[in-house]
Amino acid sequence: MKAFAYARPSTTDEAIATFSSSSGAKFLGGGTNLIDLMKMGVEQPSTLIDITRLPLATIEEHAGGIRIGAMVRNSTVAEHPLVRDRYPVLSQAILAGASPQLRNMATIGGNLMQRTRCSYFYDPTYAHCNKRLPGSGCDAIDGYNRMHAILGASDQCIATNPGDMAVALMALDARIQVLGPQGPRSRLAGDFFRLPGDTPNIDTNLRPGELITAVDLPPIDWATGGHYLKVRDRNSYAFALISVAAVVGLDSNGSIRRAQLALGGVAHMPWRVPDAERVLIGQTPGDGAFRDVAEALLKGAKPYAHNRFKVELVRRSIARALEAASTRA
Amino acid sequence: MPSAIGEPLDRVDGRAKVTGGAVYSAENNLPGMTYAVMVTSTIAKGRVASIDSAAARRAPGIIAVLTHESKLKLAKSPDDISPDSAADRRLQLLQNDRVLYAGQPVAVVVAETLEAAQEGARLAQVRYGPETPSVSVDASLAGAFIPERLSGAGDPGRSSRGDVQAGMSQASTRLEQVYTTPFQVHNPMEPHATVAVWDGPDGLTLYDATQGIFGARKRVAGLLGLAVENVRVLSPYVGGGFGSKGPTWSHVLLCAMAAREVRRPVKLVLARPQMFGPIGCRSETRQSIAIGAKPDGTLTALKNDVVTHTSSFDDFVEPASTPTRKLYSVPNNSTTQRVVRSDIGTPSYMRAPGEAPGTFALEVAMDELAYALTMDPLALRLKNYAEQDEDGQKPWSAKSLRECYRMGAERFGWAKRSPEPGSMRDGHTLIGWGLGTAMYPARRSPASARARLNRDGSIQVEAGTQEIGGGTYTTMTQIAADGIGVEPSRVIFRLGDTQFPPTPVSGGSMTTASTGSAVYLAARALRDTIIQRAVVDRNSLLYGAKPAQIAFENGRLSRSDRPGQMETIQHFAAGLGEPYIEAIVNAAPGQEKEEFSPMSFGAQFAEVRVDADLGQVFVSRMVGAFGAGRIINAKTARSNFMGGMVWGVSFALYEHAVYDERLGRIVNNNLAEYHVPVNADIGDIDVIWVDEADHHVDPIGAKGIGEIGITGSAAAVANAVFHATGKRVRDLPITLDKLL
Repeated sequence: MKAFAYARPSTTDEAIATFSSSSGAKFLGGGTNLIDLMKMGVEQPSTLIDITRLPLATIEEHAGGIRIGAMVRNSTVAEHPLVRDRYPVLSQAILAGASPQLRNMATIGGNLMQRTRCSYFYDPTYAHCNKRLPGSGCDAIDGYNRMHAILGASDQCIATNPGDMAVALMALDARIQVLGPQGPRSRLAGDFFRLPGDTPNIDTNLRPGELITAVDLPPIDWATGGHYLKVRDRNSYAFALISVAAVVGLDSNGSIRRAQLALGGVAHMPWRVPDAERVLIGQTPGDGAFRDVAEALLKGAKPYAHNRFKVELVRRSIARALEAASTRA
Repeated sequence: MPSAIGEPLDRVDGRAKVTGGAVYSAENNLPGMTYAVMVTSTIAKGRVASIDSAAARRAPGIIAVLTHESKLKLAKSPDDISPDSAADRRLQLLQNDRVLYAGQPVAVVVAETLEAAQEGARLAQVRYGPETPSVSVDASLAGAFIPERLSGAGDPGRSSRGDVQAGMSQASTRLEQVYTTPFQVHNPMEPHATVAVWDGPDGLTLYDATQGIFGARKRVAGLLGLAVENVRVLSPYVGGGFGSKGPTWSHVLLCAMAAREVRRPVKLVLARPQMFGPIGCRSETRQSIAIGAKPDGTLTALKNDVVTHTSSFDDFVEPASTPTRKLYSVPNNSTTQRVVRSDIGTPSYMRAPGEAPGTFALEVAMDELAYALTMDPLALRLKNYAEQDEDGQKPWSAKSLRECYRMGAERFGWAKRSPEPGSMRDGHTLIGWGLGTAMYPARRSPASARARLNRDGSIQVEAGTQEIGGGTYTTMTQIAADGIGVEPSRVIFRLGDTQFPPTPVSGGSMTTASTGSAVYLAARALRDTIIQRAVVDRNSLLYGAKPAQIAFENGRLSRSDRPGQMETIQHFAAGLGEPYIEAIVNAAPGQEKEEFSPMSFGAQFAEVRVDADLGQVFVSRMVGAFGAGRIINAKTARSNFMGGMVWGVSFALYEHAVYDERLGRIVNNNLAEYHVPVNADIGDIDVIWVDEADHHVDPIGAKGIGEIGITGSAAAVANAVFHATGKRVRDLPITLDKLL
């Protein structure tokens, strides 16, 4: 690992100032992804700014919803009564991720910043990775791509966002609060992540020096009808082949009143198409409606040599997740 | 006296292991220690064009950067392997610029700290002259050859009895299918690790994570030009090996060579990604099976043509055809093995080499045949039960397979199985039950042991051997205790040091039969010596008795004709004129293998629950019933069988080292992506065994249990998946995409 400087600010302003004064710095949360990448030599920060001591570790009611501080540990969020009662899909998503040890370390803010996953990106001894070395090409497109994207990829990069929590946040329309040299601002989860396009080296729309301070969950009184389905190759410590975060509200006669869903394991970011969700409104929960929304979400899907199965798996996973969410609605 | 053998004695080293008191190779920290990191090739074939080590040498803490240009001296070529050492491999020791596989060591960086060495390794700029590698069977099939001998027992590369073509023509039901198993990598929890310390130019001590300290000593001494007795190898604890720590691989020598260069102790530990390539793997297998049967299920012909990989520079042949030769009674039987040369690190022994993939293909084929015949899969096996080894034309030394089938089926509830695939359903879940037969040869090699009674009454028993997780400290303690006639708590067993009596590699499931026999015979010899001394000792109450009249139990010597006259071993020892008395025994197998075919068998039953829509498979229940000779420790044996069965689940559903065939590199070279089951993937596992008395294998009647658990289990899972889903997956692993 390349030698680096270490700083541990005690205020957010100090953290942002430290970042501004050093070129090539990175904020350090739980380190569950960044440290791995540093060991591999993919990330080589000059300075690690340890932000785990910042006063950003509370969960509180806020504007009818809840506000989760960026430094709250994943496991704490998953077990918090407010989250479990009002946003069960988020709790389920977090618990589906990684392992207990990793969830105890990972922070909400850090987890949003985990890099997309691809074997050819994670190992710098592979020559071609536009994410790691812009312009160098992509070893995955014609290589081993079982875990890779089927939606929203580009000819530059087909990596997937491996997160679980982010998929639920996307479905819940969570808002990411950030603080930067120009002050605070916020973005919806849908505007936070990016598709690869011609700049796969950039995973999020966070500006340099900006620090995630909190994640706000909006007031959704019908979010109790939520379900997170993770389809993977083993029952723990495996990335999603496909995951679905589904939130469904029913009206008094059992028809779908509201529905929001996002997919994981299919794209460079959690995948959500609000227009597609509208096909569910007014429908009776069932295979017909579920298939229609799946087709709408899969519009433009392009699988590769080893992940063709994902297309059909998305259809089946959406049906299963919506069935479960509708049952709980 | 209650026998210690067979008791579920807690591991005598258990406390040391869970408290950190057990020191593993990489945990040896010596004064002046330096740290070595290998730079490994990122191409699979070609040459090292240049290595620019200037930046690495400038980095803080770097002591040396060793490359092929360093011209490190060896006493002989690393390609010079001894024909009588089955575990010797051709090594890559920076002797030239050739790259033979991805992950080959091409440089070694030595530094004051591990971190500095890692950074130095990253900074060493290696430029390659790459050539196009070949790692697939199809690409190399034209050059396939039939080996004279298979690895392991050295069975011939082909076998034949009767006339398979004629047998197939007599069959009413015929089946021909191809089964494949993928590249697999051992991945013991403890990475390979060596600490090398020179004592002058002629003496070397290695703390090495090895399954064979004597093999390592011989290989290292030979390559470095040292007298064998001037090399000491210590390995008191090994964190799993599964075959990968049997051969002495390149890193062991590179560590010793680096220590000679820098004149300080060197520690070299492989990083997890470096465990995919330079330390062996299980070859992919492609098995083409043909079976013919009469309407009542009687086999008329059985054939298996196997293709496996070896490296471009060394020969290892995964002996996958052997189960087809021996498991069933069939008059017409033939097998061939062909090998393709690929640009990979040499494959090697991996838990049940041959039998693990071989029983998968054969036992899935038998399941397919049972469905084709509309016959219960268990009934089909019993119909073709081999009463003798028809391949070796010898009687079995002992065979309890019929009893294993009966006990296993009863415990599992096999009789309640509804034969139709897909007929057992619970909501979204399809339930399936499957069966596979387990088999593994009972092997034995020469071994020695020393048993010593000290004046303080303690008993110290020593044999070189290794503890690779199976429980050797504990089982040897029990064997020694019974052999002498004392409680196990009185015996201290020591191992893992080439200064102890020589023993074989901890492999081939032969530690108990080999080293256990030596320990037993040494213990008996010590017992006899004690008795003989006691009866001529005028101070002893036993004076004047005939040795045959002396009973030796629970640490007490007593006259069987005068029960009141007894002496404790403590008292006897205190009267010794010398500090200790000891017995050293060299034990070796006799002619039993000429007369008998020593084989263990077992029956594996699996229940799977498959998500009907999503294809996810969960093995909810397994029963394994084994007939494997005398069981030394009911607790460690259960763990060992269970570990094998879990690996069978892993074999069936998870493990697959994926090559990027363009580059010849394993893409998933880490434990996040090379999947083995986690706790959440394993359901209930029930292990039972037959109380089998095998009087032919060795003095203690033990056949070894380290490997049989993995055999037959992958087939049981695969057959259960078919029973659940009606989908026959012949290419492992059975990932969910194959069931959609």
